[in-house]
Amino acid sequence: MTSAILDYVEKALLKSDPPQMRIGDTIDVHVSIIEGEKERVQIFNGVVIAMSGRGINATFTVRRIVANQGVERIFPLHSPRVIKVETRRHGKVRRAKLYYLRDRIGKARRLKERRVVSTKRSTAHGKQSDNNHKTPAASAPPESMKAVQVAGEPA
Amino acid sequence: MIAALLGKKVGMTRVYDDKGVSIPVTVVEAGPCAVLQLRTTEKDGYHAVQMGFQDVKPHRSTKPAIGHAAKAGTGPKRFAREIRLDEPADVSLGDVLTVSLFEEGVTYVDVVGTTKGHGFSGVMARHGFGGQQATHGVERKHRSPGSIGGHADLLRGRGVKKGKKMAGHWGHDRRTQQNLRLVGIDKDRNLLLIRGSVPGPMGQVVFVRRSKTKG
Repeated sequence: MTSAILDYVEKALLKSDPPQMRIGDTIDVHVSIIEGEKERVQIFNGVVIAMSGRGINATFTVRRIVANQGVERIFPLHSPRVIKVETRRHGKVRRAKLYYLRDRIGKARRLKERRVVSTKRSTAHGKQSDNNHKTPAASAPPESMKAVQVAGEPA
Repeated sequence: MIAALLGKKVGMTRVYDDKGVSIPVTVVEAGPCAVLQLRTTEKDGYHAVQMGFQDVKPHRSTKPAIGHAAKAGTGPKRFAREIRLDEPADVSLGDVLTVSLFEEGVTYVDVVGTTKGHGFSGVMARHGFGGQQATHGVERKHRSPGSIGGHADLLRGRGVKKGKKMAGHWGHDRRTQQNLRLVGIDKDRNLLLIRGSVPGPMGQVVFVRRSKTKG
């Protein structure tokens, strides 16, 4: 239910720049984890299989395979603990909810890549797309490690 | 003045605290309330403050209500409640009470309200009974409570146990939800954010007061 007053209360807590993603994207979610006094950033990598809710209640579900076991995490989009979302690749899908991936095993889990002409890599065309998603992936570890250190210092 | 106000339940949402933990909250638009009457030991045998909430057009009100409010120098109010005090009140007639009452030292509140009315409900809805089977020869008793107890001891005046859960009117009862944490106050908009749920539907008038037993 909507109400002007509730909107007002929620507005203050909404992220001004909420993470952007689409169903089928493979993303890295940077989550802050508080262990006792310490705070650190953990990265959860997987496929966005569902988004639901609106406003402050919006959530997204990320699925990945850990030790041959499917793991899904539901993140509130506007949670302060979700620090950053990085898109690794765009999947080409025709569903809003990819629950069918739960029944897929092995190579069948893969999603076709959706070609995105981004302003950043406007020079990338057609056959170079393989390089396209390798490049950010290769540069990822240093970036993410930086994030860990930065978050570690104040604690 | 003890922290207590009449307010309107706006609805529920969630907020995040400084640690990023999601807290379910009920938003209550509380006050402003006008002090309509002061009760004193000399006159009434007890100390209390009567407050009124929400203006009502005089032509929709009654002459006694208008006259009562006029003594406090305000227009008639839609709702009025008293809050009992141990000592004489430190407010005077016509004072306007706002959520700033809750600013100091109030961490927990009690919320008094009227629960949602469900009308005359059967035992499955009202008490969560399982009902009877859909098949196997059950006829026209699928949602009935079944046996309500043995009656062998009638000579000693025992019938159905007192308090036996049965079908009947459900809801629309005055209930007090105690010790709810006060999460936030918005003075500009007269809002109280209270952790958890409070009785009644959205738009319901509720009475919020500092917790009687905690903090």
